[in-house]
Amino acid sequence: MVSFILKRIVQSALVLLITGAIAFSMFSFVGDPIDNMLGQERTMEDVERLRAQLGLDQPVPVQYVKFLKEAAHGNFGVSYRQGREVSEIIMERAPATLELAAVSALLAVVFGISLGVFTAIRRHGFTANLIMSASLIGVSLPTFLIGILLIYLFSVELGWLPSFGRGEVVQIGNWSTGFLTESGRKALILPAITLGLYQMTLIMRLVRSEMLEVLRQDYIRFARARGLSDRVINFRHALKNTMVPVITIIGLQLGAIIAFAIITETVFQWPGLGLLFINAIQFVDIPVMAAYLMMISVMFVVINLVVDILYAMIDPRLRVSAK
Amino acid sequence: MTDQPLVPDTKAAPSRLRRALDSDLFYAFRRSPVAMISSAVAVGLILMAVFAPFFAVTNPFDPASLNLMNGFTPPMEPNAFTGETFFMGTDDQGRDVYSTILYGMRISLFVGFSAVLFAVVLGIILGLLAGYYGGWADSFIMRAADVQLTFPAILVAMLIFGIAKGITPVEHRDQMAIWVLILAIGLSDWVQFARVVRGATLVEKNKDYVSAARLIGRGSSLIMIRHILPNILSPVLVIATISLALAIIAEATLSFLGVGAPPTQPSLGTLIRVGQGYLFSGEWWILFFPACTLLALALSVNLLGDWLRDALNPRLK
Repeated sequence: MVSFILKRIVQSALVLLITGAIAFSMFSFVGDPIDNMLGQERTMEDVERLRAQLGLDQPVPVQYVKFLKEAAHGNFGVSYRQGREVSEIIMERAPATLELAAVSALLAVVFGISLGVFTAIRRHGFTANLIMSASLIGVSLPTFLIGILLIYLFSVELGWLPSFGRGEVVQIGNWSTGFLTESGRKALILPAITLGLYQMTLIMRLVRSEMLEVLRQDYIRFARARGLSDRVINFRHALKNTMVPVITIIGLQLGAIIAFAIITETVFQWPGLGLLFINAIQFVDIPVMAAYLMMISVMFVVINLVVDILYAMIDPRLRVSAK
Repeated sequence: MTDQPLVPDTKAAPSRLRRALDSDLFYAFRRSPVAMISSAVAVGLILMAVFAPFFAVTNPFDPASLNLMNGFTPPMEPNAFTGETFFMGTDDQGRDVYSTILYGMRISLFVGFSAVLFAVVLGIILGLLAGYYGGWADSFIMRAADVQLTFPAILVAMLIFGIAKGITPVEHRDQMAIWVLILAIGLSDWVQFARVVRGATLVEKNKDYVSAARLIGRGSSLIMIRHILPNILSPVLVIATISLALAIIAEATLSFLGVGAPPTQPSLGTLIRVGQGYLFSGEWWILFFPACTLLALALSVNLLGDWLRDALNPRLK
């Protein structure tokens, strides 16, 4: 068990080193930073001095270690486009994305699990079949089209909900929240549905198929023979046992929600990290791109690590095969 | 069973056509209305895109054929100034929406097919190497695959696009965008092909025919390409079809986000991006028709892939 966890931690560290190398090498792709900083009028001495001052005269591995050290402290330099510290911009944008992702994840989990259980129990019912067919269309619809469709329906035609932005936000320390104002809550509804819908269908289909699998097993039949009520069987016996794989998938999907937020944030012009990243790509703003890349890889690696370790703790077979 | 061409090749010798028509696959095809309808839609759309100059009313990228007075003509209504009627209306610059869709679909399909082809070739090569040789090549390739699978494909594609955009000089960015897009989507998609090919190669390489080929002194690369590869192609074909649908959607998503096809070469995603801006002012057709085309294309290819997976799966027979 310990060796398995150690192996996974080493592997995760390796992934971070590789993504770090990619982020680091991005900086050298767009020209010499010295050229960008000094401009036309300069002497050779100026160039040499700045090069030494920035540590660019040192060998690449030394520079890389220095980059990693700075990155670990959250320092990615100054955005080429906005001229401000990248860490500052990210801190400012993060609450928007995190609030959106949290609400979407909640929607996806609550509706995904309950619809999954419903469609599994009423397998042949009309409503259940309708939900299943609708989910098939939902999976093939690209996220951005769902967003546009919702905007058209609820903003353009009905005029109930705002089509872009976060509404009014309240500043609490460093955190800006949209939960406390009515316009903020209203603005959150459409983006959260758009972002959560795909994960919801995934969770729903997974819960349904796991549940159907479990309901076929002998102990369910035995529970029925004992005369237990349907509710006890479905929720106490069946749902509990379907939750193990479902929880892992939900864990992995949480990371995906933050990544897919890029699309939703662009459709709704939601001022979060995803929109920041897309704009950084469009304007080749390397420091912002590198910071986003590092941030998202740390997040994914940590989620994967935790899920793997949890899995090994729950499933003893993995422990044996890992040795 | 599976080495028959999927769509009967009419130019081939009659015996070959006969064989294709008699195959299990074609029989299954004729029994499935979903497969027939979706392949008809997909083939129809692909043909219209390939022969866009014949189907299109105007060439939307020829400035001489444009009349700004035609801008924002609703579908099937004569324009207030010129009296011209457009089947799907016109956009802000007076371009016929129907024609721009045909040309846009061309770019979407070109990027989709090329990206999948790239992913298939890369995946097959790496999968064969990993499965056939094993050892450090196997662990290196498969670790790389694991690392990449940690991240969602669309995010990988965006990152590759961003990095490649950074490398290309500013003056070539628009011309290179299509190729960068193909590279980005292809590289984000090779993993599943490599995994399937590796798994199948591990099974095939211990079979007698491979031992026999080795015994008569054939080289490793010849054995991999001529003997093993033809026997593992059917799962690759299934994944490739589903991947094509995903690649078309990925391309549309990237172009919609503004990190894909440039406005000078608009794909369906770019058209939707442009159309979104006019949704609020009531010009719904600029968005609606490209979106429907994208949906029809992705859905039909997706359903075809699903059907193919079931039809080629011997366990379901």
